[in-house]
Order: sequence, then C-alpha cells, then structure tokens
Amino acid sequence: MKFIYQTWWKALAVLLIFSTLITGLILPVPRLPILHETIRNLYFHVPMWMGMLSVFVISVYFSIKYLNTGKEEYDLAAVECVNTGLLFYSIGLVTGMLWAKYTWGQFWSGDPKQNSAAIAFLLYCAYLVLRNSIDEEQKRGKISAIYNIFAFPIMVVLIFVLPRMTDSLHPGSGGNPAFGKYDLDNGMKVAFYPAMLGWSLLAVWIATIRYRIRLIEYKRNSID
Amino acid sequence: MKRFFILFCLILCNIFAFAQQPSNVEMADTMRSSGKIYVVIGVICIVFIGLAIYLFTIDRRLKKIEKGN
Repeated sequence: MKFIYQTWWKALAVLLIFSTLITGLILPVPRLPILHETIRNLYFHVPMWMGMLSVFVISVYFSIKYLNTGKEEYDLAAVECVNTGLLFYSIGLVTGMLWAKYTWGQFWSGDPKQNSAAIAFLLYCAYLVLRNSIDEEQKRGKISAIYNIFAFPIMVVLIFVLPRMTDSLHPGSGGNPAFGKYDLDNGMKVAFYPAMLGWSLLAVWIATIRYRIRLIEYKRNSID
Repeated sequence: MKRFFILFCLILCNIFAFAQQPSNVEMADTMRSSGKIYVVIGVICIVFIGLAIYLFTIDRRLKKIEKGN
C-alpha cells in the first residue's frame, strides 16, 4: 500500500490530462456528419467511464481481499473506491446526455445504452444503501463485499455487453462499429490513450485520498 | 455552502435551456454553431464542475476531522 503515498503517478495523471486538454482540442479529427466537432468529446466523455471502471475493479479486488483476511481497512478501501466510481459514473452519464442532445436529438431517448447505464447506476446506489443500513461492522463488511463482487460483473454486462447486442444509437452497438474500428484514426489515438490513462489515474488518486481520510476516521472512532 | 452549490447548478441549467429554444430543427443557435464545438466545451465544463463539487465535499469532511483534534 506504499504506492498510494507516492507522488510520481499523481504528477503523471495531471500531465496526461493536461496534455489531452491541448491535443484533444487542437489536433485534427475526422470530418463526420452529425458528429462534427463533438467527436472531440471522445477525449472527455469516454475516459470518465474508464476512470469509473478502474476504481470499480480496484474495489472488487479489495472486497475479495476483505473476505480473505477480514481486515477492516480493505473494506474501507472498497467503499471509497465505489464512492469515487459513482462520481465518475454520474459525470459520464451527464456528459453523455449533453452529447446525446446534439447528436441523437434528446437528452434521454430511452436508448438501450442509456437505460442499462441507469439501471447499473441504481445497482451501485443500492450497494451504498445496503452498507449504511447494517450497523454491525463485520456483518456489514461481509455482506457489502459479497454484493460488490456480484454487482461488478452485472454492471459490466449491463453497460458493455447487452447494449451491443441490440440496436442502439451509441457507437459499438448492433453492428454499428465503435470508434475503434474505422473512425479512431491514428491521429486521434495520440490524444485518446493518454486521456484514458490520465483519468484512470486521477480516479485512483481521488479514491486514495478518500480512503486515507476514512482510515483516520476509523482509527479515531475505534480509539474512542 | 451546499445551498450555494445547488443554486449555482440550477443557474447553469438555465444556460443550457436558453441555448435550445428553437428545438428539433437545426438552427444557428449557439450550441450548434461552429461545428457544435460548444457541446465539447459544455462537456468539459460538466466534468470540471463535477470534480470541483466533489473536492469541496472531501474538503468539508477533512475539516470535520481537523476540528476533532
């Protein structure tokens, strides 16, 4: 756990995101109908989901570790990762809605991708509600860890698998190729990959800060 | 503090509402001008506002702990 106290990767996150702010807005992009310049949202909307995914993966890792060892710290790490993930989840949803308004015509058009993202959002909100409703510490830790481990694959299926099997307006669905195949040319990768890595690291950074605060709170409460 | 944030967010909603008065038909309204670049600006603003609000909540939590000392 020494990693979370080091600075180099936080500086890297800031550098990567800063570089994409410039490259993402200046570098040329493919000229596509309807999308026009909004294709640049690829550097700002998609990395939110990448950040969410990375903290959720870390959360599952710590949930499994908690079940193995029963150490309270791992439980706290898992919760704070989910908390941070939900921030990126909401930003991803709202930015997606704004983008949808000007390309699909409506903020919320009941698209399979949007609907299943909303369901998965509720799934994770239920995790927090479940956690807060149990008073006993060990019971709370165990139940929420198990719930978290099961919620993660369901979330992945809901957001990344099911919408792709039906017709959806979102790229990457129903025979509609994602940006990766045709549109994401090599010029866009220069800004896209640093954005993905940078925002993931930023999400992890926020999660570690929350975890460190939570740890102090926990230690103080157990002393009293 | 919290009330101010909510007020601030609601004011921002207003800006978007003004931008889309002529609905459905693609007119030369602000959000659709210059190749819809303002949508990108809106997205960046949402991302930053989200992060900023979150930072303030973390700050408030830390303040509570510091007061405990």
